Amino acid sequence: MKLYLKIWRQKDASAPGKIVDYTLDGVEGDMSFLEMLDILNEDLISKGEEPVEFDHDCREGICGTCSLQINGEPHGPDRLVTTCQLHMRKFNDGDTIVIEPFRAKAFPVIKDLIVDRSAFDRIQQAGGYISVNTSGNTIDANTIPINKYDADEAMDAATCIGCGACVAACKNASAMLFTSAKVSQFALLPQGQVEATERVQNMVRQMDLEGFGNCTNTGACEVECPKGISLTNIARMNREYLAATCKG
Amino acid sequence: MSLIKSSLARKYVMALSGLFLVTFLILHVTINLASVFSPDFFNEASHFMGYNPIVQFLMQPILIAGVIIHFVMGFVLEIQNKKARDVSYVKYKGSANAPWVSRNMIYSGLVILAFLALHFYDFWVHEMAYKYVEANPEDPTRYYHETVEKFEPIWRTVLYVVSFVLLGLHLWHGFASSFQSMGANNKYTEGFKKFAKIFAVVVPLAFAFIAIYHHLNPITH
Repeated sequence: MKLYLKIWRQKDASAPGKIVDYTLDGVEGDMSFLEMLDILNEDLISKGEEPVEFDHDCREGICGTCSLQINGEPHGPDRLVTTCQLHMRKFNDGDTIVIEPFRAKAFPVIKDLIVDRSAFDRIQQAGGYISVNTSGNTIDANTIPINKYDADEAMDAATCIGCGACVAACKNASAMLFTSAKVSQFALLPQGQVEATERVQNMVRQMDLEGFGNCTNTGACEVECPKGISLTNIARMNREYLAATCKG
Repeated sequence: MSLIKSSLARKYVMALSGLFLVTFLILHVTINLASVFSPDFFNEASHFMGYNPIVQFLMQPILIAGVIIHFVMGFVLEIQNKKARDVSYVKYKGSANAPWVSRNMIYSGLVILAFLALHFYDFWVHEMAYKYVEANPEDPTRYYHETVEKFEPIWRTVLYVVSFVLLGLHLWHGFASSFQSMGANNKYTEGFKKFAKIFAVVVPLAFAFIAIYHHLNPITH
């Protein structure tokens, strides 16, 4: 198929960017979206032009590295997939595809389609962990009985790959879904109780410091999340935060 | 202190002030419905609300404070949210993942704010002038006539009905959303959310019915 691509090109973080038009022929429906960009880049390199920079790593929907706002939606029009899992058969011959970086003040553009998502790392570092004694007498996590419902909920929250689609989709560029998933995966388990109060307070504080917007419960994040992280995590974080603040 | 600065605290304030205003709407629509079904009761209830010192000097200031807090916090959040995305998308397909009402609360809110200005001018300013400026004597029978007369002009009836539609849209997202903001997630939450959606339709519909009814049934002089 033949596609008309409108891609955001930006030399570096401080340079102004603009949309550049490309026409790409010979795209197969079985290709992934990133493979389509690979072909474009090979074409550009062969012409002596600068290839389009974009983030990618595992290319199997696990690592959360790939991003891209495709025709106005993070990870494109398909549901529960990352950009690397998006097949070109979702598009038609002659389509125009607008490809932009994820937009948020907290996700500054580094180059072309690559954004700096280290704000998520700092939120995680602020409390997204448990302290475990690893000096030789580590207790196996499975020795503590946990009911199936809580274990499943915690596991569901833990499937968040931190790709940033929630922020990209949210009209307010809010990071509540990410932060709440990271709070929830510990809040539901006994191992997470020791640091529960500080965790939610510190992670929310860091989230605010990074300059993300406020959640207005539109639910766009949940729809666009490639891992289907539920809004119930946000409700849980709201509850945890209120309880933590009341405790002092 | 951390609670005041936090983005989550701002959510709590929006949710709680919104829920407070919802409870006021229940009282308001109940008394207003009396103007259709029982003008005498409407006069009685309005007189009580207008002259009871607890209502006038405690509940009324709290209500006005609730309205101001909800609007001011709404604007503060909107400004912060705009700043959180300093470069806009060339193409942003909001309709793909969120309903229109949830994405445009600021606009439905602005229409309601404009409506409140008209509504306060129509009833509250008149009431304050009648009681405290002109210092007229108490008249427990005047409220029904005053209310019905307001809806004689078609323009005011239309403006009120349009505002009630926007109020319904605002409540459709806002009321159910307040439970999420307060962290509610138990076996009753889904039921509450369904009730909130019904409320968002029924209450504005009742207000619109009252306005249209009085417009179609003017007092003959």
